[in-house]
Amino acid sequence: MDTRQDTTPLGHNVPLAERAYRIRRNALLMGEVQGQGYIGQALDIADVLAVSYFHAMTYRPEDPHWEGRDRFLLSNGHYAIALYAALIEAGIVPAEELETYGSDDSRLPMSGMAAYTPGMEMSGGSLGLGLGIAVGIGLGLKRKNSASRVYTLFSDGELDEGSVWEAIMSAAHYKLDNLIAMVDVNNQQADGPSTQVMAFEPLVDKLEAFGWFVQRVDGNDMDAVVAAFDAAKSHPEPKPRMIVCDTKMGKGVPFLEAREKNHFIRVDAHEWQMALDALDAGRTA
Amino acid sequence: MSTVTTTGADTAAKPRLKTSAMIASIAAEGQRTRPAPFGHALVELARQRPEIVGMTADLGKYTDLHIFAQAFPDRFYQMGMAEQLLMGAASGMAHEGMMPFVTTYAVFASRRAYDFVHQTIAEENRNVKIACALPGLTSGYGPSHQAAEDLALFRAMPNMVVIDPCDAHEIEQVVPAMAAHQGPVYMRLLRGNVPLVLDEYDYKFELGKARLLRDGADVLVISSGIMTMRALEVAQRLEADKVAVAVLHVPTIKPLDTETILREAARTGRMVVAAENHTVIGGLGEAVAGTLLRAGVAPVFRQIGLPDEFLKAGALPTLHDLYGISTDAMTASIKGWL
Repeated sequence: MDTRQDTTPLGHNVPLAERAYRIRRNALLMGEVQGQGYIGQALDIADVLAVSYFHAMTYRPEDPHWEGRDRFLLSNGHYAIALYAALIEAGIVPAEELETYGSDDSRLPMSGMAAYTPGMEMSGGSLGLGLGIAVGIGLGLKRKNSASRVYTLFSDGELDEGSVWEAIMSAAHYKLDNLIAMVDVNNQQADGPSTQVMAFEPLVDKLEAFGWFVQRVDGNDMDAVVAAFDAAKSHPEPKPRMIVCDTKMGKGVPFLEAREKNHFIRVDAHEWQMALDALDAGRTA
Repeated sequence: MSTVTTTGADTAAKPRLKTSAMIASIAAEGQRTRPAPFGHALVELARQRPEIVGMTADLGKYTDLHIFAQAFPDRFYQMGMAEQLLMGAASGMAHEGMMPFVTTYAVFASRRAYDFVHQTIAEENRNVKIACALPGLTSGYGPSHQAAEDLALFRAMPNMVVIDPCDAHEIEQVVPAMAAHQGPVYMRLLRGNVPLVLDEYDYKFELGKARLLRDGADVLVISSGIMTMRALEVAQRLEADKVAVAVLHVPTIKPLDTETILREAARTGRMVVAAENHTVIGGLGEAVAGTLLRAGVAPVFRQIGLPDEFLKAGALPTLHDLYGISTDAMTASIKGWL
């Protein structure tokens, strides 16, 4: 139903699992540069980003502001390391910049900000902002009769923010069928497991009661994620679309998956190479 | 809805002044006014600028945005009583090339939604125009609706232009000027029947410019917003006492016209009085004081403004007297300082 051309140069021949592997690898390499980073989250969300950038979304890597693009809003700005990894893989950010991550004068600051990075459409950091901006973009796209969609990624911890529910209510009120939101349920926020910090289940029931078309998938099951994005795009009802993505912190690097769960996973200096090796060992493509 | 009871009521029993809640107008009885200058100016501008949209958080009728909504129903967005959403969604609209004029009360934009204005509008330098009713002490409803600190908060925000217009004549000119400026703007909105004063001064608003409305050798009042209206009345009254009061109107709080302020304040022999409908902390008065001090200009300096306390509920005339921003109180203060 989307008649626009996917202009991603590598878009057709590289399997999504390989894209996800390369996104994880880029993220680990950036984490190594800084010796820190929200690497647990980057690893858990890589599959969702691979599907977003190499299956679902339309964009032109050489022209990040192309009017016909789908918009991607990173509400959880601390996931910037993951989005940079995807933007590099997508050819929007040159791969050479990877080694500047988090350094002075870099276009890749630790927290995502619109003014710094090509392809970064909003400034995150303060949580609970993205969905409200997405509502405005969804309304704006409709004003322009644009066929573009607005995608936004946010985290389960952001469900604590009242502003998120303001946006959830209004997106349904305005029947924003051009809005696709993905919430990363990795069950981890700053002070502990998200479900214990502030209970948000039953999430699907709540979102459906608010008037959304809701799907819940294993966010690390590539086929399931692809199917969810396809259904979100093709769903006929005039409702905003939510994909609840259950993910595993540290996914793809077994010793990090097994590490004591923490919002900010500790990785010692000698472990970055171990993590890259572990990732390579599990490479499926 | 309560109304202002003015001091001119000449009945046998003195009426008890009632709380001035969300009153429709701050005009004194008998004062010349113009209805809803913001709403009408926005409609006129929007005819030429199709990118303008209006957005509000359940206060369209109370910010004169209903006039825009009636004229352009398909360009009006009701965001519900959700100021954080209002600001975020306005950022998103601006992201898509629209020019949102968003309205709410000043307390809600500056306090409830501050981070959303800061991060989604100012930090991203989005072309969003924020017009807020009940600025400073223009409601007697109590601290929940008295935006005593809005100028301080928005002055402190990078990229934000801050405007405190005096009257209907000025608001009509500020609206197109807000649109002409690329980037976020905060305007203090006077709504309903808005006093009309500056049309008699051959006045033209220019963004970032202060304007000497009258000259005088004894006192220089540097004021913004409705305090300029008061200062002009004070100046007329003090003429009778052979005190010559100059009035420098500074509608743009940021960027501040430091050149004109310094030029006028450096004239010797004049006491400088900064007057604002705002807490004495962080508004026009301290902005002027800092400007003078940094430049080594040191006149006798006095400040008229709201005290650093939670203000009382009550009738506006009572409260303006109590806190020293009525014409009577301001006249007395200046006479006392001479």
